[in-house]
Amino acid sequence: MSCDFTRTVLHGYLDGELDATGAAEFERHLECCRECTTALGAEESLRSSLQRSGLYENAPIALRKKIRAGLDAATASSRGIRIPAWRLIAVAAAVLVVAGVSWFSWPGPAKDSASTAPFTVAEIIDAHVRSLQPGHLTDVASTDQHTVKPWFNGKLAFVPPVKDFADEGFPLVGGRLDVLGGQNVAALVYSRRKHIINVFVLPTRETDTPIHPPGLRQGYQWRHWRRQGMEYCAISDVSDSDLYELAQLMYQ
Amino acid sequence: MLVQAVLPMSGSDQGKGEDVLDAQDRARFEQLVLPHLDAACNLARWLLRSRADSQDVAQEAMLRAYRFFRGFHGGDARAWLLQIVRNTCYTWLEKNRPVELMTEFDEELHPQPSTSPEALAIAGDNRERLTRALETLPPRFREVLVLRELEGCSYKEIASITAIPIGTVMSALARARQRLQRALTHASPQEASREL
Repeated sequence: MSCDFTRTVLHGYLDGELDATGAAEFERHLECCRECTTALGAEESLRSSLQRSGLYENAPIALRKKIRAGLDAATASSRGIRIPAWRLIAVAAAVLVVAGVSWFSWPGPAKDSASTAPFTVAEIIDAHVRSLQPGHLTDVASTDQHTVKPWFNGKLAFVPPVKDFADEGFPLVGGRLDVLGGQNVAALVYSRRKHIINVFVLPTRETDTPIHPPGLRQGYQWRHWRRQGMEYCAISDVSDSDLYELAQLMYQ
Repeated sequence: MLVQAVLPMSGSDQGKGEDVLDAQDRARFEQLVLPHLDAACNLARWLLRSRADSQDVAQEAMLRAYRFFRGFHGGDARAWLLQIVRNTCYTWLEKNRPVELMTEFDEELHPQPSTSPEALAIAGDNRERLTRALETLPPRFREVLVLRELEGCSYKEIASITAIPIGTVMSALARARQRLQRALTHASPQEASREL
């Protein structure tokens, strides 16, 4: 073995970890280096053996159960008390009725329905669709969070957290004022591979929640959560995994 | 460099008080961390080379992750969990099989001609043989291979899980792959006779 590349760059190439220039350079090198060509073939064959052989060890169901029991024991409110599922459902149903929520309103999980969002799904979708019409997307068009954030100053009674996630694949496009459920809200606009994601932000007195499971209607997905006194709803036609990724970035 | 030098538990996993967790933490944990239980089991199984032990250790790691969950401030939940799993595994190995950890990581291999893709394809076609070959590698080699090839981790994730500098992940993988090829194509005489 004499070629240095077989022991270094070849692996970055195999793993897709070289930048475009590095990969192109290595491909040029491959054309004239038989040793690297053979070694690359060997590595690819080894990789496919490893991945085809069913070596991955999944967790057995019994272990999942044991862990869930362990988590129960370590959680304050559920210590020793197991609330039957029917009771949770009954409570959730009662809360929905009391809140006078229409059938088209927030389909949050049962455990969170005690505090529904102050706007309906229909309003969110309308606001999202409206924003996509020509000239409606942004009031302030800037990829700079330090431009977008101060722009909201004086226009809203709160300051929405604004961050650009261009490095993570969600560049900030700008911001906009919008109205949801009769309330002024901030709309942050991000893009994801030419798709637009609107994130509506408004203040809330409710306690924090995790990122709720996705909702889907008319081809739009949304994710809702509350964090540090703010209510968030991200909506788009991108895949849920993309939307969830952005939600997680904002949740941090 | 001896493996033991990098064994201590990470700061976030030790010392700080354990929080009392509520239903909200539990829901968030279920959503962010629990989905990676398979990844935890897989890494533990390959680090400990034992299914039964790995399940105990995976369970311990998962509960430990939960106890320290408030110290998790977002980001890559799988990498965060696997870091804890790895620490738990090494602590277990230190206690139960200390000899295994005495292998030198930077051992220089003698250059050898590359194996042909065909020969490797044949050797790698046998699951048992592949398992044995992987298990003969020192843990530090085994873990980078498992994280990369079975778990599909990026170099960045591998670096954060194993605490090796990101700049050396590529060469660690290169050495690990070379070791695995050698283990696969140079089966011991005993093994070869068993296969006849």
